[in-house]
Amino acid sequence: MEILRNFPCFSLILSMCASIISSALNGKWARRLNIFVISAIGVMSACTLYFTFVTNQCYIYKMGRFSAPWGNEIRFGNLEAVMALFFSVIMLLSILGGRKHLFVEVDPFKENLYYVLINLLMSSLLALIYTNDLFTAYVFVEINTISACGLIMIRENGHTLEAATRYMLMSLIGSGLLLFGLCILYDITGHLLMSNIKEQVLLLAQTGQYHIPLVVAIIFMGVGLAIKSALFPFHSWLPDSYGYSTASSAAILSSLVSKGYIFLLIKIFYRVIGFEIIAESRLFNVLFVFGLCGMIFGSLSAIRENDIRRMIAFSSVAQIGYIYMGFGLGTKAGMIASIFHIFSHAATKSMLFIAAVGLTDASGKSKKFIDLTGAGYRNVIAGATFTVGSLSMVGVPLFSGFISKILFAQASVSVGVNKMLPTLIVLAISTILNAIYFMKTVVRIYTPVKSDYPTIPWKQDVSYAVVCICFIICNVVLGMCSEPIVDLIRSGLAMFA
Amino acid sequence: MSRLKNDEEYAKTGAFRFFRWMKGTKDPYLDEVEMQPGVPYRDSLTLEEIMAQEQQTMEKVYDTETNKWIAFFNKVYSVSSVLFCLVLAGIMLYMVACLPRFGTVDRPINNEVSQVYIENGIQDTGAVNIVTGMILNYRAFDTFGETCVLFIATTCVMVLLMKEEEKIRADKSLNDRRFEPKNDVILQNVAFVLVPIVFIFGIYVILNGHLSPGGGFSGGAMIGAGMILYVSAYGFDKMQKFFNEKTYKVVKVAALCTYCVVITYYLFMGANDFNNHISLGVPGMIFSAGIILWLNIFVGIEVACTMYAFYALFRRGGL
Repeated sequence: MEILRNFPCFSLILSMCASIISSALNGKWARRLNIFVISAIGVMSACTLYFTFVTNQCYIYKMGRFSAPWGNEIRFGNLEAVMALFFSVIMLLSILGGRKHLFVEVDPFKENLYYVLINLLMSSLLALIYTNDLFTAYVFVEINTISACGLIMIRENGHTLEAATRYMLMSLIGSGLLLFGLCILYDITGHLLMSNIKEQVLLLAQTGQYHIPLVVAIIFMGVGLAIKSALFPFHSWLPDSYGYSTASSAAILSSLVSKGYIFLLIKIFYRVIGFEIIAESRLFNVLFVFGLCGMIFGSLSAIRENDIRRMIAFSSVAQIGYIYMGFGLGTKAGMIASIFHIFSHAATKSMLFIAAVGLTDASGKSKKFIDLTGAGYRNVIAGATFTVGSLSMVGVPLFSGFISKILFAQASVSVGVNKMLPTLIVLAISTILNAIYFMKTVVRIYTPVKSDYPTIPWKQDVSYAVVCICFIICNVVLGMCSEPIVDLIRSGLAMFA
Repeated sequence: MSRLKNDEEYAKTGAFRFFRWMKGTKDPYLDEVEMQPGVPYRDSLTLEEIMAQEQQTMEKVYDTETNKWIAFFNKVYSVSSVLFCLVLAGIMLYMVACLPRFGTVDRPINNEVSQVYIENGIQDTGAVNIVTGMILNYRAFDTFGETCVLFIATTCVMVLLMKEEEKIRADKSLNDRRFEPKNDVILQNVAFVLVPIVFIFGIYVILNGHLSPGGGFSGGAMIGAGMILYVSAYGFDKMQKFFNEKTYKVVKVAALCTYCVVITYYLFMGANDFNNHISLGVPGMIFSAGIILWLNIFVGIEVACTMYAFYALFRRGGL
């Protein structure tokens, strides 16, 4: 039982080690190693979850001989463990779902490099989840940024190179702001360990000393991470990089990479600055407004789009808006709703990207809606998966999107009327806009038409069908058994602070 | 497969309709809904024509002579961006003025953390150079992360620029020595003298990382610079006699894997409070400070490989 304490550290080191080894292997073995490692991380995270759930407390694990603040440490409770488990499941499904496309779109000579990037990305996500030290978080934010760039540009064409450049520029501005905020925070508190910073910040807040640097640090870190996770006015890098990269990359980037940064932001809210001080600084109101704008404008851009992949990418902007809107409510219920939406969006968005790729395959690789007409009949599994994903995004009961919407609505009722009304109105408008573009697509793919494109039976690619069914199950489980998951999030959040 | 019902009855069941839909043999709409057959929309323009059209439109839209709004917007945009930068700079300068004064004793960063590093550093890590002790022993995990940043940076450059060996040989445009004087005697003679010195100094900095200023990162950068000097004087053909892609892979992966194993052992033993059997030795001796010497060597190899790989990849798309 005690050995389970080591598993978060093992999973971190394992994925880093696997990426180093992958760089010397050929593509085939790198792929096998990668699938083994991601599954092993999933199993280890499940064990960690079991361990924290049974003992019902969080653990601090020192990395090395010296305890923090001198050495490094990681800290895990229910929330971290369930996040790591969920991330590894989505990662595995995304890689398996886009496997066939990797062979075509990535130079076989560079295939092992893809898995190097994936493994390091996984390790950086795990580190962002587990770390209790701001500097470690920054180091892994760097790894995350660089590997995400690599994932975009490994499909070498003009679009992806442009998208990767744009992503890198925006992302580096975000990293820079984060580093800047971190430096200010270190200068006024003298610590890098999250719990020590929080103590010092509480002291500073009471005495009122260094008030302006503190506020500037909060703003810089908030804006930096908002840029990196594509909150509304900073989303210009997003549609190209999700729309043109290879299917697995798009699924991973949209569902995991941006969520890693959001999780770090939650960590900063709760563990570094303290929830009350953030609420006092009115950062939540800013996030609230931009979240609402994102919900509307992301959907409007998605409606205008004539390319299915870019449409799904713009829908991500709207969904990220939901998450920030939940933060903006500034209550615990809002935070729980946001965290549930992180799960729900990650499960649904990766599913939509994988399904969209199946549909475009059945339409001669074209992503235009005109060619996709009737694609739901030509590739039945992908069509069904896309429909489930769309229904979930729109917020139809049974699926995960419904639960997150109802949680947002419930959370908004308990705050003051000047936040409740905008939330409910924008939720309603955004749901209608979601329905317009997703249902338009569903109707389009189930419109019968005589087409020259051949039908793709599910037997042609069994693993793809299995992945699609797993995605559907994952989504329905999130939608139907939401109660235990929300309880887990609630208890995790209680341990978190 | 045998069924209880005959075909006619089976055709009325939901299961039959479901499987028919699954197989896609019949459209559920076909008889009920009257639909226009989709007209396949294909424009007969070629890609070049589309691009030319697009460019024409863009030129028209962004022509500031005819479109006064664009001219106005451009002006407002440049003015407001300058204003925004000035405001941001103002806020940051004001913020810096509010920070603790530089060099005073009672700054928050002069706390128990740095005190322990300075007072107990030598006993805890065995390294005379406290900074090295800090980054490679106290905060060893962060430094492993940093090394992985270098590793992934090389991987990304490889994704972007790497070419297969045959392609490099076949593609004459990649041969960048066309534009340079071949076998520059001055450069070669200088490199002949300098390269060994640079190498030896780099190795010295790495091996003395725990005793004097320096360490894996700076020493590795020196060795990398020495390799770049050698290759620019003598060309890739000579370099490949002792350092080709295969050696690069072997050296780098071996160094990083050993690093990984050492660090895992160290973290696991340390976290569970087991005795890790690493003797710290006498501070000041070359073989002291436990894992630090070895980690410095691994970091040095990784940094040198990264430096050289960047240069080689940018220059010819391969090592």
